[in-house]
Amino acid sequence: MTRRWLHALLAAFALAMAAAAAAQAIDPLPFRDHAQEVRFQHLTSQLRCMVCQNETLADSNAGLARDMRHKVFQLMQQGKTDAQIKQYLVDRYSDFVLYDPPVQPDTWLLWFGPFLILAAGGIAVALVVRRRSRARTDMAATQPGTADADDNGDDW
Amino acid sequence: MNRLVPFLAFVLLAGLLGFGIWWNSSHDPTAVPSPLIDKPAPAFALPELDDPAKVVTKASLLGKPYLLNVFASWCYVCGEEHPVLMAEAGQFGVPLIGYNYKDAPADAKAWLSRHGNPYAMVLADRSGQTAMNFGVYGAPETYLIDARGIIRYKRIGPLTPTVIRTQLEPAIAALKKEAP
Repeated sequence: MTRRWLHALLAAFALAMAAAAAAQAIDPLPFRDHAQEVRFQHLTSQLRCMVCQNETLADSNAGLARDMRHKVFQLMQQGKTDAQIKQYLVDRYSDFVLYDPPVQPDTWLLWFGPFLILAAGGIAVALVVRRRSRARTDMAATQPGTADADDNGDDW
Repeated sequence: MNRLVPFLAFVLLAGLLGFGIWWNSSHDPTAVPSPLIDKPAPAFALPELDDPAKVVTKASLLGKPYLLNVFASWCYVCGEEHPVLMAEAGQFGVPLIGYNYKDAPADAKAWLSRHGNPYAMVLADRSGQTAMNFGVYGAPETYLIDARGIIRYKRIGPLTPTVIRTQLEPAIAALKKEAP
């Protein structure tokens, strides 16, 4: 019984994947060669669909995403570099179209904030460890044999 | 004191969560500020919906400010915005120009005759190519463009009476003060 369910689930999954693949094929573009297609796929997977904001341009079926893909393709045909194409879209849709936000003063907190938090955590751990080991050695020096029973209140 | 630390950490995290919830309910998380504010509107040449032979360009609209309202018959929220435009369009003090976005002309005309036409004129961008230069990514959107063709304000999402009172009217008033 469960086996049959599993098969049904697998079949449904396979069908969904096939549908997704077919959706890609609905929008064929006349690429000059395979290298151009690879470049196009690479570029559009770094750009955000503005309508469905958690999808890339490459993945999205939204009407605007198709228009933007066609625009990217057209700009490629005109010999524009990847950087120029990205700039073209950024000028119109802001940095938000880029999946990787650029490193600039207003994104420093975004890029380096995690390291700040990591450093703060590291300092906190270092302080606690140092205080405990000092408490332990103090205790051991004054009351030999009872070092294990120390409780300085910071046992969280 | 040290025993309070976990509690304080919890309060801090709970506060952060509360702030996030408040922020997302008072702001539209999908609204992306346009980089075109205070920049010249892109050049365009679009046919009028009612008379495709007549092409309207950015240059032909220079000289006085106007509002450009992006709408489409397939856009659900535009239907919610429409009664507001019908009621308020006459009171903006600047012409309201419709920007029919990726729509079949017949659908757009039928939609306007069914719900009323608040627009001084309607431009049709069937392919959506020009809209990309404006950074349109959904409908409705509304642009306030000044006499020199510079985008001064953009609303992403529907114009509501509150948005009109608190954002659009002050923006229009600022334009009027500049060029009496």
